[in-house]
Amino acid sequence: MKKRTIPRIVPTLLITAVFLAFLGISFLTGYSPGLEIQKNFFDFSREMLLILPCAFVLIGLFEAWVKRETVEKHLGREAGPLSYIWALILGGCTLGPMIVALPVAYALYHKGASLRVVFTYLGAAAICRIPMTIFEASFMGIIFTVVRYAVSLPLVVLSSILLGNYLEKKEFTLRKEETHEG
Amino acid sequence: MLYLFIITGIVVVVSFFLDWKKTIMGLKIAARKLLHILPPLLLMIILVSIALYLVPEQFITNTLADGNRYVSTLIASLFGSITILPGFIAFPLSGILKAQGVAYMVISAFTTTLMMVGVLTFPVEKAYFGTKVALIRNIISFGIALCVACATGIVFGELFS
Repeated sequence: MKKRTIPRIVPTLLITAVFLAFLGISFLTGYSPGLEIQKNFFDFSREMLLILPCAFVLIGLFEAWVKRETVEKHLGREAGPLSYIWALILGGCTLGPMIVALPVAYALYHKGASLRVVFTYLGAAAICRIPMTIFEASFMGIIFTVVRYAVSLPLVVLSSILLGNYLEKKEFTLRKEETHEG
Repeated sequence: MLYLFIITGIVVVVSFFLDWKKTIMGLKIAARKLLHILPPLLLMIILVSIALYLVPEQFITNTLADGNRYVSTLIASLFGSITILPGFIAFPLSGILKAQGVAYMVISAFTTTLMMVGVLTFPVEKAYFGTKVALIRNIISFGIALCVACATGIVFGELFS
């Protein structure tokens, strides 16, 4: 276990160290691109620090409360076409950016949702989050938004079915979450 | 943002009263998952902060505003793929683009790839789904975004004019 995790984290640590050194030097020398990147870095980090703990708490509670059978029944391999509707609704109600949808999709999968549903959910979370849609329609006009939905939603469902079926035929499974007891 | 805090707070409190053991378990799961995704997340934040510097908003606006609209659509979809903008910046930006006379299909390519394709979120996506699936999903999403752009072009009469 340890043998595998340590090398995987080393590149990230190295990059982070180089990056932080770059920020530090920029700060000392007043190198303006460095300062700008530094500002971006702190802004974005702050945003992530605000959003992610909430998102993960909700995901954690979902895992603790929702029974595997429930997810399997409604979103699993044997679930009917209704499962896609569920996936679209779930995606539409997802708050926050893609970075939040990814762990949710992963949690759904490990509760027994089929890959088709997982990909549909991800697509829906990307394109039809409800708050975002209202925002978009007010800036771009309702026709723009309607066209986007009308074209992208069927394509998302279709491609998710194809991709899900293909991967399931190849008996692909997502990596199990690594447990710390090894 | 505030809604997220309120909703999370309410959910935790309600959950705690219903079953505190489950709630603690859920919080533990949350902490473990968050810790787990931290390295790729850090990588992503670094990439984003550099990308935001290299491709500032002004640059996007200038590049898309002039030139051939088919070329612009392609460039817009590339911009959309490599940048991450929160919605509250992305849509006002689309509004500005529209006001500057940028074609609807160009804007559509930009916003759709912005939402669906994540080159910068790739480290995180890879951590969950593996390189292959993450790659396939992003390529499919890119294709869908181009379809949406074409459809928008047809509806607004820009594609063949």
